[in-house]
Amino acid sequence: MNLALETRALCKSFGALTVADKIDFRLEAGARHALIGPNGAGKTTFVNMLTGVLAPSSGTIVLGREDITALGQAKRVKRGLGRTFQINALFRRLSVLDNVALGVAERRGVGFRMLRPASAHAEVRAESMALLATLGLAEDADQRILDLPYGKQRLVEIAIALGLKPSVLLLDEPAAGVPSLESDRILQVLDKLPKDIAILIIEHDMDLVFRFAQRITVLVQGEVLVEGTPEEIGRDKRVHQVYLGEQRYA
Amino acid sequence: MQAFLAPLVSVAFHGAALGMILYVISVGLSVTMGLMGFANLAHGVFAMAGGYVLTTAISRFGVPFPLALALAFVLVGAASVILERLLYSRLYTASDLEQVLFTIGLIFIAVAVARFIYGTLQQPVALPDYLKGQFSLLGRDFPTYRVFIIAFSAVMVGLLWFGVERTRWGAMVRAAVDNRAMAQSVGIDTKRLFTLTFALGSGLAGLGGGLGAEIIAIQPTYPFENLVYFLVVVAVGGLGSLRGPFVAALLIGVADTACKYWLPQFGAFPIYVATIAILLWRPAGLFGRRA
Amino acid sequence: MSRHAGGYNADPRVRRIEWLPWIVALAAFFLLPEYLSLGARILIYVLYALSLDLILGYAGIITLGHSAYFGLGAYVAGILAAKVGITDPMIQLAAAAAAGALLGLVTGAIILRTRALTLLMLTLAITSVLLEIANKATPLTGGADGLSGVVVAPVLGLFKFDIFGKTAYLYCLVVLLAGWWLVRRVIYSPFGTSLTGVRENSLRMHAIGAPVYWRLVLVYTLSATIAGVAGGLLTQTNQFVGLNVLSFESAGELLVMLILGGVGRIYGAFVGPVAYLIAQDLLAKQFPEYWYFGIGTMLVLVVMFARGGILGILDAALARLRRKA
Repeated sequence: MNLALETRALCKSFGALTVADKIDFRLEAGARHALIGPNGAGKTTFVNMLTGVLAPSSGTIVLGREDITALGQAKRVKRGLGRTFQINALFRRLSVLDNVALGVAERRGVGFRMLRPASAHAEVRAESMALLATLGLAEDADQRILDLPYGKQRLVEIAIALGLKPSVLLLDEPAAGVPSLESDRILQVLDKLPKDIAILIIEHDMDLVFRFAQRITVLVQGEVLVEGTPEEIGRDKRVHQVYLGEQRYA
Repeated sequence: MQAFLAPLVSVAFHGAALGMILYVISVGLSVTMGLMGFANLAHGVFAMAGGYVLTTAISRFGVPFPLALALAFVLVGAASVILERLLYSRLYTASDLEQVLFTIGLIFIAVAVARFIYGTLQQPVALPDYLKGQFSLLGRDFPTYRVFIIAFSAVMVGLLWFGVERTRWGAMVRAAVDNRAMAQSVGIDTKRLFTLTFALGSGLAGLGGGLGAEIIAIQPTYPFENLVYFLVVVAVGGLGSLRGPFVAALLIGVADTACKYWLPQFGAFPIYVATIAILLWRPAGLFGRRA
Repeated sequence: MSRHAGGYNADPRVRRIEWLPWIVALAAFFLLPEYLSLGARILIYVLYALSLDLILGYAGIITLGHSAYFGLGAYVAGILAAKVGITDPMIQLAAAAAAGALLGLVTGAIILRTRALTLLMLTLAITSVLLEIANKATPLTGGADGLSGVVVAPVLGLFKFDIFGKTAYLYCLVVLLAGWWLVRRVIYSPFGTSLTGVRENSLRMHAIGAPVYWRLVLVYTLSATIAGVAGGLLTQTNQFVGLNVLSFESAGELLVMLILGGVGRIYGAFVGPVAYLIAQDLLAKQFPEYWYFGIGTMLVLVVMFARGGILGILDAALARLRRKA
């Protein structure tokens, strides 16, 4: 079993409030793994800890073979950890091309170059355009983000993350807020993502989850309730209770 | 020992008077910034206006001192309501840069108007006889007016803190400072709250400006020259907090007086360096909640 | 269409219309010889405004303390000339640049760890520190009276600073040209694009692995260097430096000039100072109070109705014309 990402006993408390309780999580290389749970379960907090936005109270995070618990955001990105945001975090007044090219340029290490024009960096532009083409965004390359429909903005969000050539990709509700006509597009994109990237997707849309994921982790009130294949999760009584039935937790 | 103690007490006393004035002026700024998230760099304009109202009322209209103080509070507060409704409220959602530019524009306008009406010289303050001279306290003589400043400011501060802790208005302010969106969704009329609080803060600034006219001279360049001090009080004290700026104001008042007394060749240099050091150690201020 | 210069699809070649300011500047040299001292002042402020636009318009750093670097450059050049006896203008200017760079690097590294109000406050505090030093260190800086006796030797040993201001004007023009070239290259570079990224969404820049802090420190240092050069130029052309280079009023004025022209576009830094200084020359002498009143009012109006400044208004007008055509 080749582990792309792992957490061991990851905890986070804000004073008396515990939002993550000894989370042991394993993401295999090339995985299609979903993280689900009711609102307030701590899913986004978990992702924030993985990416370095939030420091855990205790526990370790291992990317590949390296302990990245103490590393900052930028360093984790350089080591292959990419993410998308639940609410679009795009460069709104810049073009689609620039949005993606910024990430590509950083990865290629040319982001600090001050004297040669950006447009002269043909490799960056070519790679960005190619990436946009695989997502069907090539004609929108020169459009400003704020002129695009929301569904396409969500796709740009994914494009930026892909431009970083991550080995692990964290997708935070990629279809959130997208009208159902456009969410098909996103599903197609997710299906076609490179097989060697390990993907963790946080989602509420159960259709998407069961169609996409090979393994599912259920998080409730900061704790891992159960983990398994979609069939196992679908049959698990506790999951049913948490989502559908009586509330065991107040 | 006595000779050593005497200047210490004097510096502490004068520093406290300056600190109280700084607090009365700046507390409105702190609350406004915490409440509306609006950086009102033109806050000094209200203090200056209060100073002009007071000195004009006394010297040109022969208004008695207490009434002149009240006028400074009321007139400046009322004028601020007009400004808030007409101009400020349109910019609550504007970017930081736009807010900064807008308030600088207001400062330019106010400075020009003040220069036009009053000329460039400092306004003389004609104190009533019963506030002049010395006041005997614990076997020492202190300038009566400074004692009055400290006592009067303490009362105003007490009223303010009581108001914020105990009244419904105060509860709404605290809620809205903590979480504006939440406050709106529980039905707090934030528009009226902002206007009321803004008026109160500006009125206090006017009061402080008038009260402190002897210490911080009233002249057209007032809002520029003292901007740093008011901002330092708020930044070091912590935005949106009431107690923080109080401590900060007293610290700055005493430190400034001490420096001017013992190290006059350095001027306010140590204050600025200390401010930089404190803000680097605690970017949210000594008592601030937001980073 | 993205309105910002730069980006990965932008054409970096100088467009023909971009030669216009230089043609106008040269024409002014030949056609308006009585106004060359005003002209030199305008050129200096364009350079100063360019330096501010780099951090304000492109990197989104809001500062009221940019005059610290301008003033430091001005005083360093003045002190070298009047107190140390170094009269070569190139050396004076190099020293002003170095001083600006050093202060910019040190202060930038310190204050860029903070944001918003704290940052603004720190920029004010730094300027206040310099102002106090300049005010009190009278033997060195001339204190409140300012520093006179600034001697500037002929440029390259050939071009003497004449009383008509011809040498000064061309000297400033050449330095401005160099500064403009540098700023323009930076804006069109990947670094410049990453700065707009920081301005648009700093969170996202972190999430793509960009070392945001160091980028900001770098551009801040560059900006301070250019501001220092502009300050040095001012001292050299006036042969005098006074406390007003460090005052908040003049920092506010620079902000007005930049906003008037249009923030975040290279030529806003050209249009703004030209409009402001010419208007000031025409109007302010008669009615100084009206002038500040007018500036304040204009600032308020620009913020409320014309956020893009003069260039923004021109853009909108052009767009409307194109729609009608």
